[in-house]
Amino acid sequence: MLSALTPGLLWRRLFALCLLLVTQQIAAADAELPLAALQGLDFKAKSAAITAIAESGSPRAVTVLNALLDGRLLMRKADSRMVIVANSDAKPAISDALDGSDLGSEELVNLKKVVINNQLRLVLRGALARLGLANPDRAARLAAVESLAADDAPGTRAALTEALPNEHDEGVRRAMEVVLALGDIADADEAKRLAAVKTVSGSMLGEVRNRLAPLVAKDAEGKPLEPSMDVRVAASAAIREIDDRRAHYELVQTIFFGLSLGFVLVLAATGLAITFGVMGVINMAHGEMMMLGAYTTYVVQQAFPAHIEQSLFIAIPAAFLVAGGVGIVIERGIVRFLYGRPLETLLATFGVSLFLQQVVRSVFSPLNRAVATPEWMSGQLLIGDALALTWNRLYIIVFSALVFVALLALLRFTSLGLHVRAVAQNRAMARAMGVRAGWVDALTFGLGSGVAGLAGVALSQLTNVGPNLGQSYIIDSFMVVVFGGVGNLWGTLVAGLSLGIANKFLEPFAGAVLAKILVLVFIILFIQKWPRGLFPQRGRAAEG
Amino acid sequence: MSALRGLHPDRYVYAILLLLAVAVPILNLGTAEGSAMHVSTYTVTLLGKYLCYALLALSVDLVWGFGGILSLGHGAFFALGGYAMGMYLMRQIGERGVYGNANLPDFMVFLNWKELPVAWWGFESFPYAMAMVVLVPGVLAGVFGYFAFRSRVTGVYLSIITQALTYALLLAFFRNEMGFGGNNGLTDFKDILGFDLQADTTRIALFVCSALALAAAYAGCRALINSKFGRILVAVRDAENRARFIGYKVEHYKLWVFSASAVLAGIAGALYVPQVGIINPGEFSPLNSIELVIWVAVGGRGTLYGALLGAFVVNFAKTYFTGALPELWLFVLGAMFVLVTLLIPRGIAGYLRKEQMA
Repeated sequence: MLSALTPGLLWRRLFALCLLLVTQQIAAADAELPLAALQGLDFKAKSAAITAIAESGSPRAVTVLNALLDGRLLMRKADSRMVIVANSDAKPAISDALDGSDLGSEELVNLKKVVINNQLRLVLRGALARLGLANPDRAARLAAVESLAADDAPGTRAALTEALPNEHDEGVRRAMEVVLALGDIADADEAKRLAAVKTVSGSMLGEVRNRLAPLVAKDAEGKPLEPSMDVRVAASAAIREIDDRRAHYELVQTIFFGLSLGFVLVLAATGLAITFGVMGVINMAHGEMMMLGAYTTYVVQQAFPAHIEQSLFIAIPAAFLVAGGVGIVIERGIVRFLYGRPLETLLATFGVSLFLQQVVRSVFSPLNRAVATPEWMSGQLLIGDALALTWNRLYIIVFSALVFVALLALLRFTSLGLHVRAVAQNRAMARAMGVRAGWVDALTFGLGSGVAGLAGVALSQLTNVGPNLGQSYIIDSFMVVVFGGVGNLWGTLVAGLSLGIANKFLEPFAGAVLAKILVLVFIILFIQKWPRGLFPQRGRAAEG
Repeated sequence: MSALRGLHPDRYVYAILLLLAVAVPILNLGTAEGSAMHVSTYTVTLLGKYLCYALLALSVDLVWGFGGILSLGHGAFFALGGYAMGMYLMRQIGERGVYGNANLPDFMVFLNWKELPVAWWGFESFPYAMAMVVLVPGVLAGVFGYFAFRSRVTGVYLSIITQALTYALLLAFFRNEMGFGGNNGLTDFKDILGFDLQADTTRIALFVCSALALAAAYAGCRALINSKFGRILVAVRDAENRARFIGYKVEHYKLWVFSASAVLAGIAGALYVPQVGIINPGEFSPLNSIELVIWVAVGGRGTLYGALLGAFVVNFAKTYFTGALPELWLFVLGAMFVLVTLLIPRGIAGYLRKEQMA
């Protein structure tokens, strides 16, 4: 091996050795990032210091640079020590900038802020993005690449070109190539421009469309700014594709939001469809059953603070049992005395709803409670590069669909379902056949309430839990049942989903409140024409 | 049948209203403050509020007790009448608003509006405003009822769409763009027909007006119930299909009684607003509408005087509980809903009558 030691190789070895020494020196100087240079008013020195910090490889670099960018990096006047403040109080808690050790708190007057200007901010952002490119987390790297797209700071290209060969993730590589090509879009060379346009086309990065726009723009006399026909054609095709895809994504997103709202409505309304549709009993306390389900979720989480991830699986059966149990008590205690008097039932159950609301207010306070979302339900599902569907809504759709199917199966295939349908169709005959009608009534009411409890669990993952939770959904749920046709679960499904989607489609044009009003007015008009809903019950049961 | 029900409770009603209209002004204005006989202005306003509620309850009893239509949206008509009166009072403020704009109410100046919206035109005139108090609820009820009764929406369905109606109006009136003051509603009124609203004499005058309006409305309702129209109405309530098959246009009777009742509710709202000094979208909330149904249920529906009794009893309880034990009020109200429907479905009036007969 020694024999192969040629002069050229020797030089290279020597160089490598020097490099090694320098790196080691930097590592040794880790504890002494050039923070002192940040002080004062010499912005060139500051810029150099920032670059040095960024390239030091110190684990504190990101923290320090971020603090500097946010204006939280200060100098303690007493000993010229650089510190990071936690907040903007008059006496904030401070920590050492170099090693992050806690230094207690200090009066703001005893601290001196490190001044930066806009140019430095640009440098800082570039440096942070470059640090981000080396981050082991894929999402962080992708975000760093995207932040570089809007940033023309010198060295951006260098940083990207440097990082590109080391990047193994296909998506991140593609984003890097797009950002690199963006730099060529305004190049003087036509071939380079054309190649750049071809590279960026199909990318949904926000900056791409902005950069492409000048290529198809025209000057005051209507002459195109871009001399090359080929580039113009390619650019306008790329822009059209981006616009089409954006519109497409927006549509999918709207439908998705509509579906998730619709499924919550379906879940809320199926419970109602059972009590109202099958039994002919109107339960104004139905919304409060949802509220009880949501509060059960909250209580279960409070009871097992260490198991937030799994607590939902306890909360689901618990909510069903709590709401269902309360439902059975209401049926046995009140509703059964009022069969055949729908208006009185309405008033009595409304009284129950007020009662339950006040119970919750007294026990849990009138303030809203936040239910934590488990880790596996938070975040988004990314489809393509611009379509983000939130996991919690996705899970709610799946959950609601499952409950719906289970309910259908229960009514269709079990003996309880058979009894429920028998009592609904002909009470006297069912009794003559030996069905305990009273008991079936109680169970049906409990089932409807239990499903409302499940809807409450789903809702607790979307909004805060408060005593008025049920009230805001009760009218919507009634609308769904009335729209879909009483006593028909499929009608409830179709009505719930279409109302949910209609709401979300109207919202962008009309605003959330007006959308709701329009939907209400539509249903009021709809009932005029089809008083028994989309899927009316036929035959004798319809005469009620 | 119900038309023949005891005439003498009616005499009590007139006597009590007359007594209130005469005695309260004397005890408020004619006695020195602090004397045992003195009725404070606060009490006068409170009693005036109750009288408005009683008028509202009367309107609900007319549709529910005699027409069999359970409206869960009567609060909307009350609020609309109130808004019409509120708009007149707003225009009376003129240059005395915070921004001193003679032409625009404060909240419009705040929203940077340049001219008065069409809906507000004419409201500086008292007769026009009073016409609106009657027309807006009446026409809305007429149009709504026309569609609802024509397609034979009855029972619980009707209750729910009336609730949806008031809910939709609640949402609409919360919007600033509607031009009715949004969330805050209309308030800061100064005077009515040139009389200072804060003055004791004005308050007494409003109180007397409320008492007289209630007495007149009561007499009107009684006359309506005793007429042929009223008898057919009761027939429709008790057997809608039979009445239809005999040949009566059931829809017409329901529509007329629904509209008339909405007008009464509107008048109640118009009398209520100058006494409490504010009207906001909260009046449209479905809870308000359903609460006034319980006044009638507690008092006893289908009797007229029961509605007045219920309005006074429930609201007196509400004033007491929300003041002394605010935590308990919703428990009491909820229990009232349940117990009245379960134990005394005909209300206090029905219970008393049964005792009398026994």
